[in-house]
Amino acid sequence: MRSRETMIGLVLLGLLLVAPLVIYPVFLMKVLCFALFACAFNLLIGYVGLLSFGHAMFFGFAAYVAGHTIKVWGWPTEVGILAAALIAAAMGLVVGLIAIRRQGIYFAMVTLALSQMVYFFCIQAKFTGGEDGIQAIPRRPVFGFIDISKDLTLYYFVLAIFLVGFLLIYRTIHSPFGQVLKAIRENEPRAISLGYRVDQYKLLAFVLSAGLAGLAGATKAIVFQLASLTDVQWQMSGEVVLMTLVGGMGTVLGPVVGAGIIVAMQNYLKGLGEWVLVIQGIIFVLTVLVFRRGVVGEIWALLSRSKPGQRPGA
Amino acid sequence: MTAADPIIQTKGLGKSFKGFWAVKNVDLVVQRGTIHALIGPNGAGKTTCFNLITKFLTPSEGTILFKGADITGTKPADVARLGLVRSFQISATFPHLSVRENVRVALQRPLGTSFRFWQSEAALDVLNDRALALLEDVGLTEYAERPAVELPYGRKRALEIATTLALDPEMLLLDEPMAGMGREDIARVSALIRRVAQNRTVLMVEHNLHVVADLSDRITVLARGEILAEGTYAEVSRNPQVVEAYMGTGAGAPEAGAQHA
Ligand SMILES: Nc1ncnc2c1ncn2[C@@H]1O[C@H](COP(=O)(O)OP(=O)(O)O)[C@@H](O)[C@H]1O
Ligand SMILES: [Mg+2]
Repeated sequence: MRSRETMIGLVLLGLLLVAPLVIYPVFLMKVLCFALFACAFNLLIGYVGLLSFGHAMFFGFAAYVAGHTIKVWGWPTEVGILAAALIAAAMGLVVGLIAIRRQGIYFAMVTLALSQMVYFFCIQAKFTGGEDGIQAIPRRPVFGFIDISKDLTLYYFVLAIFLVGFLLIYRTIHSPFGQVLKAIRENEPRAISLGYRVDQYKLLAFVLSAGLAGLAGATKAIVFQLASLTDVQWQMSGEVVLMTLVGGMGTVLGPVVGAGIIVAMQNYLKGLGEWVLVIQGIIFVLTVLVFRRGVVGEIWALLSRSKPGQRPGA
Repeated sequence: MTAADPIIQTKGLGKSFKGFWAVKNVDLVVQRGTIHALIGPNGAGKTTCFNLITKFLTPSEGTILFKGADITGTKPADVARLGLVRSFQISATFPHLSVRENVRVALQRPLGTSFRFWQSEAALDVLNDRALALLEDVGLTEYAERPAVELPYGRKRALEIATTLALDPEMLLLDEPMAGMGREDIARVSALIRRVAQNRTVLMVEHNLHVVADLSDRITVLARGEILAEGTYAEVSRNPQVVEAYMGTGAGAPEAGAQHA
């Protein structure tokens, strides 16, 4: 089964490499940024069972950090992005320390409340540019020599960042640490009774997830040359939940597919205006009621029904 | 049983749930190297006692000593690390991990690599031989690669015991290890408990009084949260209060023999 995953992965990688020749690169980059964001979120909900309803704070705040360090302080692109991801991880540590002991809906509420605090901070703070956001973030050459001013070259830079993040998540899931995470998700009291201090594992997962969400947000700021309030708003936290659910939480590729579907809908149905929200709502309800496993989850289920004894892509 | 050498000692242990005392004033002493049974009618507070001793619940009153050290304020994961490991009344496995992985999760912790998110899980393969040996001990070899959720009930209990033993704990707390098992499974798990108890202490809750009579060195009877009687099986089953407590619930007195949950 691992070899089948590798096969699928290689095919997808091939597609991603040639995709910008056929599809508008900015759209693809948007998908990749949200895909990474959703994968980071999925690490928590799908592999630890924690529903964060405040992930926009890492995504959006990292965008501001990247924008500010690169535009105002003149930091190199890659350093600005890295710094933003690290700040997001540090925020994750603080938020995690506060929230991790809460269970279920209380965990979601605490993360939501804290992300609202970050949102209000971003409205008030000077460096975020308030309603205007940080605009015209420059696209300086990466490592001083890779020109990313053209969308096509920037695409490959964004793809590289996505792959690094995605592979880190994949490795995390299939690591000794990932085994413990799965054990905690499956039966937390049992994991405790085996001597695991589960809060520490959850906290590390939360920090990783926050850092990677920050990586995604910072990258998006480079792509659109903009960091704005949209990315720290609670709606953004909701969107990442939706992407992950639609694609299939707890599957490796689900969030990527979910991000693709939602971003495509937002782009191609733009003409419908507010109706896009209604359609999103309907998709959400349908997913929750009928396709609980999400697109990828349902496909896995179909495949493993034809091959009994196999588990969905854990 | 040699001279008094208590491994567990509770003093005035009590737990109140919103004014209802599920456990009250319990002085329980378990001697090292014995199999000690905790029996009593449903709702007597046996599981609550386990939860208190392993710190899954915080006592409202009293203290708990393990190997002479006060563990009243210790966290449950740390109690396990001290060598006091419990099983659960409702079978507790990791359902979507394979049977082998279930045991391996327990073996993994002492390795000290459990925070390594950058390392391949192939690093855990060094534990496979030990995991398989433990599975063989409980007769689960042929199930090793199946997800735990697919095991029949009795086998799940056996998997739990294997997982618990993987920690090589000094003391095991087993909450109704034989509940829901058929005769054959009971015989096998009884033999297993007897074998693992050779160099360990076992405290178990069990409803099957044949098993209790057969395995335990000492029995504590709990009723309405309090200790009603204590002694060997012969002593306890002769105690009129014990007989009454069992009659009172219509569950059948110890003399009536095996009683299945
Ligand atoms: N978390 C809880 N909240 C309230 N009451 C509880 C709780 N746990 C147990 N009880 C009550 O405490 C009593 C003892 O329960 P328990 O220890 O499970 O009994 P046993 O294991 O001996 O059957 C029961 O009356 C039960 O309803
Ligand atoms: Mg009980």
